Amino acid sequence: MSAAPLLACSGLTVRFGGLVALDDLNLDVGRGEILGLIGPNGSGKTTFFNVVTGIYRAYGGRAEFEGHDLTAMSAQEIYRAGVTRTFQRSRLCLPLSIFDNIVIGNHRRLNHGLVFNLFRRGAFRREFERNYAAARELVRVFSARLAGRLFEPVASFGIIDRRRIEICRALVSQPRLLLLDEPSAGMTHEETRELMDDLLIVRGHMPGLTLIIIEHEMNVIERITERCAVLNYGRKICEGAYAAVAADRQVQEAYLGTA
Amino acid sequence: MIAIGDLVRPDARFPGLASVAAVTLYSILFLHAESQREVMGLVLGALVGLLSLARFDWTQRVSSSFAHHPRLLHGAVLASVITVLAVFHDQHYPLLMLATVLLYIVMCLGLNIQFGYAGVLNFAGAAFFGVGAYTSAVLAAKTGVPHLFIIVIGGGLAALIGSLLILPLLRTRGHYAALITIAFSLLFKTLIEVSDALGGPQGLKVPGLNLFGWNLNQGLAVGGVELSFYANYVVLALAMAAAAFVLTRRIERSWIGLSLDAVSLDETACATFGISVARWKILAFTIGNFLAGMAGAVYSMMTGFAHPNNYTFGDSLILVSIIILGGIGNPWGLAVAAAIMLVLPEKLQFIQEYRFLLYAVLVILILLFRPMGLLPRQVRVYFPGWRPQ
Repeated sequence: MSAAPLLACSGLTVRFGGLVALDDLNLDVGRGEILGLIGPNGSGKTTFFNVVTGIYRAYGGRAEFEGHDLTAMSAQEIYRAGVTRTFQRSRLCLPLSIFDNIVIGNHRRLNHGLVFNLFRRGAFRREFERNYAAARELVRVFSARLAGRLFEPVASFGIIDRRRIEICRALVSQPRLLLLDEPSAGMTHEETRELMDDLLIVRGHMPGLTLIIIEHEMNVIERITERCAVLNYGRKICEGAYAAVAADRQVQEAYLGTA
Repeated sequence: MIAIGDLVRPDARFPGLASVAAVTLYSILFLHAESQREVMGLVLGALVGLLSLARFDWTQRVSSSFAHHPRLLHGAVLASVITVLAVFHDQHYPLLMLATVLLYIVMCLGLNIQFGYAGVLNFAGAAFFGVGAYTSAVLAAKTGVPHLFIIVIGGGLAALIGSLLILPLLRTRGHYAALITIAFSLLFKTLIEVSDALGGPQGLKVPGLNLFGWNLNQGLAVGGVELSFYANYVVLALAMAAAAFVLTRRIERSWIGLSLDAVSLDETACATFGISVARWKILAFTIGNFLAGMAGAVYSMMTGFAHPNNYTFGDSLILVSIIILGGIGNPWGLAVAAAIMLVLPEKLQFIQEYRFLLYAVLVILILLFRPMGLLPRQVRVYFPGWRPQ
């Protein structure tokens, strides 16, 4: 990591009343890196995502991203700066079609003018067709079957497809940093494997993309991350390549308890 | 065999055209019916007919037919309203009903943008209608402002007064937001009743509408046939309903409609993708109240008076029932539902006293057996007939 990191967190702290959910976290994420974020339940992983995406306010510390301090920005500004995410429990709009859900993710690049949308239908149609082509290209990487069913409601698809759609929604605006919150939750090993394969292919298409992934499946972490950080009680207790982290005594204690 | 195959094709014209024709014929018979026995017979006939058609997925076919031939079927619906107008051309009462239904459709299209798309439940629809009504009453009686402007000012005032509610609405969600609109609805009626300038509990008289020297309260004679003056209002209301319909459709079939849906479905996901919840709620609330106010301005000039008892919380409940009955977010659904909710109690006289009971029962039945409404909303189609290459 010769260049400056894409995301540099220093002293990041989140408190809920007396509970310290994230305690003085220092973490750098390099450009183009895939970082795994692991730790027992309640260790602050999702809290970290929520504070970096502006859903929670930080109690202290900074999160530098391309010259901005994310802790001082609203969720909308952070999205516009190029940070997107998926949620642990899928947050798609179920009655809407796959296309609608994916285009929601492209909000920062759509024209929302009243006149444009209501009266310049020809121009709107061209923008619509561009978005359709982009959405179909993206979905096709994950599944050709889904790409042919873009105008069906998301409610009629199973969990693995929903997970794919949610990742497409996060990717369609071509973000620089993508945060994946437990993409394998609720899926079988086989499905998880498939999803990770797709993810690696997408990353091949988007060379600049940086990923942070929260995961409990250690074989996923081992397979796709280059480096991981371990949280426990809101503190970073270890950081490094998976093999080194898995061998760390503190990490084993965090997961299994002291002998 | 070929003919049957054609009927089942998703792009068949027949289901749409046949339904429009059947509804037209039925409306004429219904408006004609005088004895309670005839009316009850027609109501039962409609129930049996609808239930048997439901076995053949008829609504599905009709909506698919509409989706494939939008121009043709919009034309058919316009022709249908004009047919009803022609049949009852010299009778005041059926035409008053028809114009009322059309103006209610304008207002409900507005509430549909608020509730059906942005998820802002407005229990003060009748109050915003009333703002328009009183705007006409005051401006048309006491000033020389051209009536066309009065209609627009009625909408504008409703939107402006609605903006008083925006701050509390943005700070609350769900039931609490609904309570704010209920409070406003009650407040509005009370304010009118104690205001001497607005006629208090007696209400105000409103002069008839006059557009560029054309007095709508004077019946025209076309080719020696005398028309009821309500025919004028039917034409005006039809034009307004058509315009409001096109506006609603374009909102729905654009990024605006998409953002409104996202706002109503998941505010957290919205924030994550840069969608401003406040901006879209304000837009939807304002457009909706504007439409309600315009409809109210015309309505009071048509009926000749504005009275506080016409714009109560109960009336607002009827508007919300119309939207739930029709199918939340479906403009065709609310048009059908508005006709049912307004005409049925007028014709079933023994029910007049119990009309709120009837509405309540209808809404409960719908929520039990058809929670998505009579005509459920379909997945968004941006351009009807558009096919990916």
